Amino acid sequence: MYTFSNKLKTFAFILMALGFIGIAIGFVKAPKTTEEVEAILAAEHHGGHEVVAHDVKVASHEQIAQEVAVDSTVVSDTTKVVAPVVKHESHDDHDAHAEHTEHVKHVLHSLQNKPWAALYVACIFVMLISAGVLAFYAIQQAAQAGWSPVLFRVMEGITAYLLPGSIIFFIILVLSGMHFNHLFVWMTEGILDPTSPTYDPVVAGKSAYLNVPFWLIRAFIMLAGWNAYRHFSRKNSLAQDEASDNVIYKKNFKLAAVFLVFFIVTESISSWDWIMSFDPHWYSTLYGWYVLASFLVSGVSVIAIITIYLRANGFLPEVSTSHLHDLAKFMFGFSIFWTYLWFSQFMLMWYSNIPEEVVYFITRIENYNLPFFGMLILNFALPLLILINTDFKRLTWLIVMVGIIILCGHYLDFFNMIMPATVGDQWFIGVSEISSLLFFIGLFIYVVFTALTKAPLLAKRNPFIEESKHFHY
Amino acid sequence: MSTKVLHVLYNDDDVLMEAVHATRSAHHHIEEVYTPFPVHGLDKALGLAPTRLAICAFIYGVIGLSFATFMMNFIMIEDWPQDIGGKPSFSYIQNMPAFVPIMFELTVFFAAHLMVFTFFMRSRLWPFKQAENPDVRTTDDHFLMEVALHGNEEELVNFFKNTGAVEVKVIDKH
Repeated sequence: MYTFSNKLKTFAFILMALGFIGIAIGFVKAPKTTEEVEAILAAEHHGGHEVVAHDVKVASHEQIAQEVAVDSTVVSDTTKVVAPVVKHESHDDHDAHAEHTEHVKHVLHSLQNKPWAALYVACIFVMLISAGVLAFYAIQQAAQAGWSPVLFRVMEGITAYLLPGSIIFFIILVLSGMHFNHLFVWMTEGILDPTSPTYDPVVAGKSAYLNVPFWLIRAFIMLAGWNAYRHFSRKNSLAQDEASDNVIYKKNFKLAAVFLVFFIVTESISSWDWIMSFDPHWYSTLYGWYVLASFLVSGVSVIAIITIYLRANGFLPEVSTSHLHDLAKFMFGFSIFWTYLWFSQFMLMWYSNIPEEVVYFITRIENYNLPFFGMLILNFALPLLILINTDFKRLTWLIVMVGIIILCGHYLDFFNMIMPATVGDQWFIGVSEISSLLFFIGLFIYVVFTALTKAPLLAKRNPFIEESKHFHY
Repeated sequence: MSTKVLHVLYNDDDVLMEAVHATRSAHHHIEEVYTPFPVHGLDKALGLAPTRLAICAFIYGVIGLSFATFMMNFIMIEDWPQDIGGKPSFSYIQNMPAFVPIMFELTVFFAAHLMVFTFFMRSRLWPFKQAENPDVRTTDDHFLMEVALHGNEEELVNFFKNTGAVEVKVIDKH
């Protein structure tokens, strides 16, 4: 039996405490009035940033009306798409002062959104990692994989985070739905009302699907379904330890198969609902796969890192370098798979150059240049070049290193998916972002390692456990 | 000069694997093993050096990538620049996303084909080549281990009979 070392427990609590303080600071420090924003902008301007100049360029009366009305930070979506339709006569009578005021208001909304968006990114990223591990676990069960049963308890430990993670996430969704923040543009008041200045015909056309009650119901059903599978598969897995036949194992097999069908559908829907809907005008048909690839590779990296940690502390004696080699192969393969989907999405939109599609990449390349291209190095170039070598896939320290690179890269990926539509060009990886991440990592460590102490680390009565113990590459 | 070798036949791969371990720990020199299908872990049991084919594959892939880059640069940028979909037609790097599928495919193409040819050359295989296996049964259900014969012949034959061999033959090899 594994015991949660005090050192690690203290570490988890320190992370949570630091994270909590940082999140609180982020919320307190967010500007409340336009005067504060003026001060910030003035400071930035003297600091040599050209954010102001950049933003002012795009304003026109209609656009301002749209922006203010939408009460959001999204320059990208609403304004740029509407831009071609905007009548140009209005340019003549626009007033530089009004323009500036609107810009300041816009920045204010961005900065007020920032701590929320930071919390949202970290929360969904860590929660989806445990969902990814759950899917990976279900695949192992459904495929009756012979190599992996020695790792099942590690995976079950990681999926223990799914319940607290999804509860916190659902609370954030409810708060967003109740307008505690303005992360989701499509929730703006009056957006469905043709007489309102904030009316948006595109969003109105999608309102049968994209409305707060239905959106919350979907989120509830999806999260409940995932957690139900996690609950029953874990229960069965523990019961199988004491069983004398394979009846429970077979039940778990069927459960995994059913779950995978449920998961692939709900995963797609959840990625539209929770991530793609930040840009309600924009859509991509492979988005679900793309998000899946991102958290699946992160999940496998986390399995590898935790397995190596436990092994280094003398647990999991049955896990050999061959098992780690297989995990590293999955890290390599899923990294390439992620890149394939990223590129498939990028190239088609880049090539066709349709304004309503390509705006997604233009905002990212213009305002998020470093994280946007930086994540390609972290998520593709480095895993490819490091993990392509067979011998490197068996070196524990190198797997941990690449795992950390992959996790950083895919955090950035989620950052790039969510931030442009919520904080626009006011992004910065500062106190709010890092603290939110620290808080959820701390909670993750605490929940996962507590769950690992609850059961023996070897699923001893799994019918494939002997094969798994003897697995060699 | 003629050298004598032993042909030891087995009819099970597990028995073969154990025999290989036993033979090597008794310090007899295994010249070759003929099997009807690839036996997992046999190369390690025989102490063969790990394959360097992977390094070749990487080099071939890099060659393919370079070739594709050169080829697309020549065709689409230098020789006959074309304006497709309003994309800049005089810069390779700005057009690069459009060429990525070609660069990828040629990387795979070069790596795969050159690796197959390398494998054939390294294994001394070519069309119409005469088969080298000493016993036709190794193409069906038998495993044959060829061991150099040094010292007492009878002792050695008995040693191999004890490893579970179904047949032990002494062969004069030219």
